[in-house]
Amino acid sequence: MMMNHSLKSQFKINQGTVIEGKWHHNRYTIVKELGYGANGIVYLAQCRNQQVALKMSDNGMSITSEVNVLKSFAKVQGDCLGPSLLDVDDWIYKQGQISFYVMEYIQGPDLLSFIQQKGPSWIEVVILQLLNNLHRLHQNGWVFGDLKPDNLIVTGPPPRIRCIDVGGTTIQGRAIKEFTEFFDRGYWGLGTRKADPGYDLFAVAMILINIAYPKRFNKTSGDLKQLIFMVRQKKELQKYEGVILNALQGKYHSAEEMRNSLLQLNQARPQSKATNRAPNSNQNQARTNRIVVSRQTHLKKKKRGGFLETFFIFLIISLLYIFYIYGQLV
Amino acid sequence: MKTGTLKQILLITDGCSNQGEDPIAMAALAKEQGITVNVIGVMERDEIDEKGITEIEGIAMSGGGVSQVVYAKQLSHTVQMVTRKAMTQTLQGVVNRELQHILGGEKTVEDLPPDQRGEVMEVVDELGETAELEVLVLVDTSASMKHKLPTVKESLFDLSLSLNARSGENRFSVFVFPGKKKEVEKLLDWSPNLGSLTSIFSKLTTGGITPTGPAIREALTYFKKKRSLRSLLSRDDESFFEESV
Ligand SMILES: Nc1ncnc2c1ncn2[C@@H]1O[C@H](COP(=O)(O)OP(=O)(O)OP(=O)(O)O)[C@@H](O)[C@H]1O
Ligand SMILES: [Mg+2]
Repeated sequence: MMMNHSLKSQFKINQGTVIEGKWHHNRYTIVKELGYGANGIVYLAQCRNQQVALKMSDNGMSITSEVNVLKSFAKVQGDCLGPSLLDVDDWIYKQGQISFYVMEYIQGPDLLSFIQQKGPSWIEVVILQLLNNLHRLHQNGWVFGDLKPDNLIVTGPPPRIRCIDVGGTTIQGRAIKEFTEFFDRGYWGLGTRKADPGYDLFAVAMILINIAYPKRFNKTSGDLKQLIFMVRQKKELQKYEGVILNALQGKYHSAEEMRNSLLQLNQARPQSKATNRAPNSNQNQARTNRIVVSRQTHLKKKKRGGFLETFFIFLIISLLYIFYIYGQLV
Repeated sequence: MKTGTLKQILLITDGCSNQGEDPIAMAALAKEQGITVNVIGVMERDEIDEKGITEIEGIAMSGGGVSQVVYAKQLSHTVQMVTRKAMTQTLQGVVNRELQHILGGEKTVEDLPPDQRGEVMEVVDELGETAELEVLVLVDTSASMKHKLPTVKESLFDLSLSLNARSGENRFSVFVFPGKKKEVEKLLDWSPNLGSLTSIFSKLTTGGITPTGPAIREALTYFKKKRSLRSLLSRDDESFFEESV
């Protein structure tokens, strides 16, 4: 897009350039560019023998906004929410002033490259890890927003998935700040752009689809039908079909629920392996249906519980009323 | 802190105006009236038109808004992004003026130490979520835009999807230019979403000329009409008061 290009051309920071902060006077030596996107450029830099990632943007507001999120993450134990924040400052150069922040450098390939290198057996592992991270994030009142493979780095060893780029991270209940169409449920006509956990879980399903279609694909009918069709087209997605469909339709209320559903998939597998080793689409179909059905019965149970509750309340109120009338008569 | 309704014109065009007032002057006029003008240039892969781009950037700059030139395919994502960005920009301006009140002088957020900017940004975020917003969409339907109109329609749906995820109220209206008889024609009156647009959009005929300047001027009166209606009412109240005294 235009904005990055103008920032990029205006900003060819050479290797070895020293960036000194106007306020905190820390000095960062640029090593190389790590990547760029809609919100700025990220460099690998060196500061007192430590490797750091430095994000710069001609839009100071977006820097401040991301820093706010990272600061709030810092209050939460552990490091699964995002890169830790190290410094925020302005850099004065010949033509003006630009805002930047410095964060922990998360080394490793992005999710798609990692799966390509290591093979599909890692898919499940990293998705489970991701759902864990998301659960913590959601519990703290956030929604990641711009969830996509480019914003997921697998570090290690041992391999561990980390989220970067908190540009889309939004307080629950507000409008999603930033998103990428392919991973956005609004784009596929499957929900709003209000930040709730389901928004991220939809994106997780799309990440699974993206793993099977590394080049992604365009909207044709642009609805659930198209997505189901694309999922059924790929052998490697068969196993996850039930979970993907549930997530696409917003049936999971928390990342933990989706994670459990993914774990259950594994427990069911040894049996089916014993009866038939070859992946059989019919059988898989049946399994998928079972998952959906079991979920529906679960919901029904809940509903029945609700019915009983109402009945009891009704009973108690009627009894009280009878007593009251009786009291009035006597 | 409170802001009035944010008012925006969103101009979607693919090139140079060729009739009537200078659109850059009209955009400046809008800005004077507190209305931001954003422009999205929809290009074909092989038709990057320097003159058109200069005009697009000029209109947004003098209209205090944001501009972006895109290929039709990226339109949806861009329309919502530009609108949100312009909103934040306007709100930041409001907050900056407030800051100047508190801090005195020509201080802006950027003059604060980075550690103190966070709170200001939270205010801007909060306002962006809750502010009332009026977007008047102005679509260029000159002949060259004809085959881009389905994409434009889609991007407007997408825009209302994005903005309606906020808790603040939105009102949209859609105008096209050139119109059948006049320079500008109203397609959709102020409404909280753009859902009713489908049927109207497919019936659109496209014309040859591109009267961008007059279109902006006309759009302004549309915002004003509402305001003057309100002031008319309040004036009526006053005269009634005087009479009764
Ligand atoms: N902390 C980090 N450690 C390592 N690499 C990073 C880090 N932060 C960003 N990067 C790299 O820089 C790239 C761009 O960063 P980022 O996604 O933050 O930019 P952006 O402008 O927000 O992009 P987007 O268009 O996705 O919003 C990332 O895809 C990643 O490769
Ligand atoms: Mg990114």
